[in-house]
Amino acid sequence: MSSSCDYNDAALPPPLAGEGWGEGVSASDNLLEERTLTRIASIDAMRPPPQAGEVKPTRSGILRLWRVGLLSGLALAAAPAHAFIAYVSNEKSNTVSVIDTDSWTVTKTIKVGQRPRGIDFTRDGKFVMVAVGDDDTIQMIDAKTQAVVDSLPSGPDPELFAQDAAGKILYVANENDNTVTVIDLEKRARLGDIQVGVEPEGMTISPDGKTLINTSETTNMAHFIDTSSRQIVANVLVDARPRFAEFKHDASELWVSSEIGGTVSIIDPRRHEVTGKVNFEIPGLRKEAIQPVGIGMTKDDKTAFIALGPANRVAVVDTATRKVTKYLLVGQRVWHMAFTPDEKYLLTTNGVSNDVSVIDVAAQKVIKTIQVGELPWGITIAR
Amino acid sequence: MIRWLVGLIGLGLAATSALAADPVMIGVGYLGVAGTRSTLSLVEQPAENDGVAGARLAIEDNNTTGKFLNQRFVLEERRIKEGEDAVQAATDLAARNGFIIADLPADALLKVSDALRDRGTLLFNAGAIDERLREADCRANVIHTAPTRAMLADALGQYLVWKQWKRWLLVVGSHDEDKLFADALRRTATRFGAKIVQERSFEDKGGARRTDSGVTLIQRQMPVFTQQAPAYDVLVAADESEVFGAYLPYRTWDPRPVAGSAGLVPRSWDASQDQWGAIQMQNRFVKLNARRMTALDMQVWTAVRMIGEATSRTNSGDVKKVTDFIKGPDFSVAAFKGTKLTLRDWNLQLRQPILLVDGRMVVSVSPQEGFLHQVSELDTLGYDRPESKCKLK
Repeated sequence: MSSSCDYNDAALPPPLAGEGWGEGVSASDNLLEERTLTRIASIDAMRPPPQAGEVKPTRSGILRLWRVGLLSGLALAAAPAHAFIAYVSNEKSNTVSVIDTDSWTVTKTIKVGQRPRGIDFTRDGKFVMVAVGDDDTIQMIDAKTQAVVDSLPSGPDPELFAQDAAGKILYVANENDNTVTVIDLEKRARLGDIQVGVEPEGMTISPDGKTLINTSETTNMAHFIDTSSRQIVANVLVDARPRFAEFKHDASELWVSSEIGGTVSIIDPRRHEVTGKVNFEIPGLRKEAIQPVGIGMTKDDKTAFIALGPANRVAVVDTATRKVTKYLLVGQRVWHMAFTPDEKYLLTTNGVSNDVSVIDVAAQKVIKTIQVGELPWGITIAR
Repeated sequence: MIRWLVGLIGLGLAATSALAADPVMIGVGYLGVAGTRSTLSLVEQPAENDGVAGARLAIEDNNTTGKFLNQRFVLEERRIKEGEDAVQAATDLAARNGFIIADLPADALLKVSDALRDRGTLLFNAGAIDERLREADCRANVIHTAPTRAMLADALGQYLVWKQWKRWLLVVGSHDEDKLFADALRRTATRFGAKIVQERSFEDKGGARRTDSGVTLIQRQMPVFTQQAPAYDVLVAADESEVFGAYLPYRTWDPRPVAGSAGLVPRSWDASQDQWGAIQMQNRFVKLNARRMTALDMQVWTAVRMIGEATSRTNSGDVKKVTDFIKGPDFSVAAFKGTKLTLRDWNLQLRQPILLVDGRMVVSVSPQEGFLHQVSELDTLGYDRPESKCKLK
């Protein structure tokens, strides 16, 4: 009978606490071999293997790349790209980091309430709203002074929220009591609650503003809510622990990520049916580590970027074939993402490595890493 | 105006059709033993509703989901007293419930599973951690959400070995289950390369667990009991019977940490677990039951959630259909442990990460990094397929 465990024949060499797989014990050759295997496995987990379709650049290719790089470098020098301001919520630090996308540095750290997660600009661009779950409220940061100036009556434990096209109504997922709270942003008053499934989380609104989507993590559904009647009109079952929902800009598809299920469901929003799923496979990485969360869709709806959590990668998906074309290695436990308004860059929050990765969207390459606060979670960029 | 009217009629129709169809009723029975055991620590004294409280929450969760699918879950609770026949109680429950969650001792569970085999009732073992129920005595109509002793011991062992605490002083109680846990710990030491430098046994001579001057005496006894031990890194206690384990921390002759049945304890769940969205679940539980959630509560919750997950995926309340789906290759359930939980198809044991807790915090979660497996890292905990003696019937 063959053993199915890697460690059955010999004791697995442990790392010294905090020292990784350095000076271990050596008892036998077999054991050393085991350790080598383990080490390779752990390095594999950190570095992506070459991807299918990823071709080693030829010399002329390199030259061409170099030229393109030089040209774009020149272009940059000639006309500096417009700088944007990104706001990152740090779940553990209870702060929001402000990043300048010109210098790619943190220019300010704003103290906010406890456990900041969901973060977004108001439609008029004047305020940044940040859900501070453990303080049961949403705080408003004045984008000019970069200080907290007000708060909203969100209901208990707000995490993610969505606003209508006019920026007048805010819908907040309240994980603790299975409701979505409706807030009048101008009056800063609570208008009512909508009963949804267990642990509401993901929130988005259809491009025409008529349908609100809420995903519930333990019920495993995407709830379609009519924004005028505030009634649920359809419920679509998706894979386990749906966390995030994103419409295509042309409203033809709704994408919902399932963190535990390890898939992204693609839903036809008119027929309320799952029409397909994006699956992920990363050689050398166990399937359980692939936990899709944040989704970013380019304006032409041709490319989707999907954060894969503890897989430490962002998947690039061709929306026509619904297949992954590339995996980009970012920081650890990647949560959410935001495009710069010119769509040149995509910024991702990496929860465990406490940084933000900058992806060059056209080149599909990670070009920079910026240290922020502890456990960065949400991100939004001024339009 | 016309559009408005049409909309109104449409809404009316939708409402009527929803009301017209009676919800699919799904009966879940809970079968436990009345009364609670006495623990050394007063704060760890189980509540009278330990276990079934998890079922009550899961039924609420399932019904929140069920209202979108026109499914309704109903819980029927039954506690047998000492001397009462578990088989009779189970047969009675099975008359109205297609699913039964059991928190029974191993022998009673086996009798119940054999008695219900031909009825098609699906049983969930949420309480018994005995290896034999998944090995020689495994049954095709019993799904195990409780972890096994070997899973718990391996979870602890992986961490101790990772921590380089590889010399263990093993102290074993005198009851059968203490000895079974000690067996599991010895197996763990062998497979992960730890060394048991010495074994000592702690005889249960009876006596009260609550006394007015207890501490003074314990403070004198425990150092004496643990003195003159060979050099060791950690004392590992096997005391499921709650006779001495909790007396050991801070009282050993040598200043050494304690693990196993006290100190650093392996458990399927803990009231302090707040990762992976667990905080909402803990809050819901406290709100409903006015106390914190135990490992047994979680094992029961998971069983009832598995039923809810399968009924929503199959859109059916049919016991056979639901059972086939749960046992099938596509089944998984999310239970706030950072990964999906699936069934080991060779013995119907739920794969699950195990928490290592100290009574206040989750210290670590096993499997530990670097313990590799070709199928699932969760299978580095407990008996694996090639070792299994189970033949499902």
